[in-house]
Amino acid sequence: MSHYYESDDLKKFGDIGKHAKALADDFFKYYANATGTDGALSKREKALIALAVAHAMKCPYCIDAYTTQCLETGSNPEQMMEAVHVAAVMQAGITLVHSVQMQNHLEKLVP
Amino acid sequence: MTRPAGVAAVLRFARRHAGRDFTGRVRDAGLDLRPVSVETLQLNITRLCNQVCRHCHVDASPARREMMSAEAIDRSLALLAQHASIAKLDITGGAPELHPDFARLVEGARALSRHVMVRHNLTVQLDPHPITGASLAHLPEFFARHRVEVISSLPYYQAYFTDAQRGSGVFEKSLEALRRLNAQGYGAQDSGLQLNLVYNPVGPYLPAAQAGLEADYRRELLAKFGLRFNSLYTITNMPINRFRLHLEKSGQYEAYMEKLVAAFNPTAAEGVMCRTLVSVDHEGRLYDCDFNQMVDLPARGRDGRPLSIFEFDLDELLSRRIAFDDHCYGCTAGAGSSCGGATV
Repeated sequence: MSHYYESDDLKKFGDIGKHAKALADDFFKYYANATGTDGALSKREKALIALAVAHAMKCPYCIDAYTTQCLETGSNPEQMMEAVHVAAVMQAGITLVHSVQMQNHLEKLVP
Repeated sequence: MTRPAGVAAVLRFARRHAGRDFTGRVRDAGLDLRPVSVETLQLNITRLCNQVCRHCHVDASPARREMMSAEAIDRSLALLAQHASIAKLDITGGAPELHPDFARLVEGARALSRHVMVRHNLTVQLDPHPITGASLAHLPEFFARHRVEVISSLPYYQAYFTDAQRGSGVFEKSLEALRRLNAQGYGAQDSGLQLNLVYNPVGPYLPAAQAGLEADYRRELLAKFGLRFNSLYTITNMPINRFRLHLEKSGQYEAYMEKLVAAFNPTAAEGVMCRTLVSVDHEGRLYDCDFNQMVDLPARGRDGRPLSIFEFDLDELLSRRIAFDDHCYGCTAGAGSSCGGATV
């Protein structure tokens, strides 16, 4: 049986360079530099950000990968769950702040 | 029982085809991992334990009965007396304190001025002896009196990971045991009494960087529980015995092996503990490490015979070829892993 989002497909991420390889190479180099090193942010902080983004973007591959990466950089489940809550409230806030637009338009329509 | 040669050859063939041949990987990295010394004699004196931990590579439990004989303990002490170059005695198990000759072994080695390390699971101070029912509450004072280095597993500074790995309620008992060690001066900067903690992951993932995790442990244990320790050692879970069974049952064994193989680090490999340590089982047989002991991979002499403390030849031991297998990738992944933590 075939499914979308097979967990084994995560291993094939590198295969995106099968076509337009130079662009894939550029991406993976950028990816490694941005996430895989301690910089002004630690690898631990970067992994928590990535975990939050993975949830916001609803990417099951990234959720698996960054749950592991968070553990391997020393985060605990409380910290990981707080990161997910940050993603959740950002999404809720983004939805709610758009109600200002609704109210602006309402005021135009109903003076 | 030692693995028959034919089976070993088949396994080597299978590993080559799975791309996991550790010896080949070491060779390809330009490394020659030979023994350099026997600085540490590590004795596994019993597989009896008061705990049943999920990751235990020994398969230790209250049901195990393997005990090193009094003769083998005498022989080990005689070897220390004979070889001044063996500076450290590392006593492990199971819970080694449950062995009837544990105190005699510690006292004997200290009388020979050897540095003695005990792999102490903390809760054994509080649980009754699984066979005799006796209390071992005297251990903190005993350790302090003999200036033993205490090395204790505490998988995390919170209950969640610790209890998941070592059993319900273990975290709280471990805190109480640490309080009793601290009360003897363990972990205090100026006492000289070393208390080192061990972190290992609860599941099939690699440990976080040792220095950062040590800082977290130090901050959290002091702030929340008023506890002190000296160093934190991060140790990678070995894909053998009970942990391997768990991985196989949960369908994670292959993925974990792939992770370990992919994380092979030549710099970590250079520091593997089998180059400076020799492990002894409860029957006196010698191994390159405690992990090889648990998968029946003995250290062998020039003529291929398994080596033992009863015919101990230091020169022969130093000229042996270290036996490698798939699990060795556990010691060479990432920042490396050994009984003393990361190797890079």
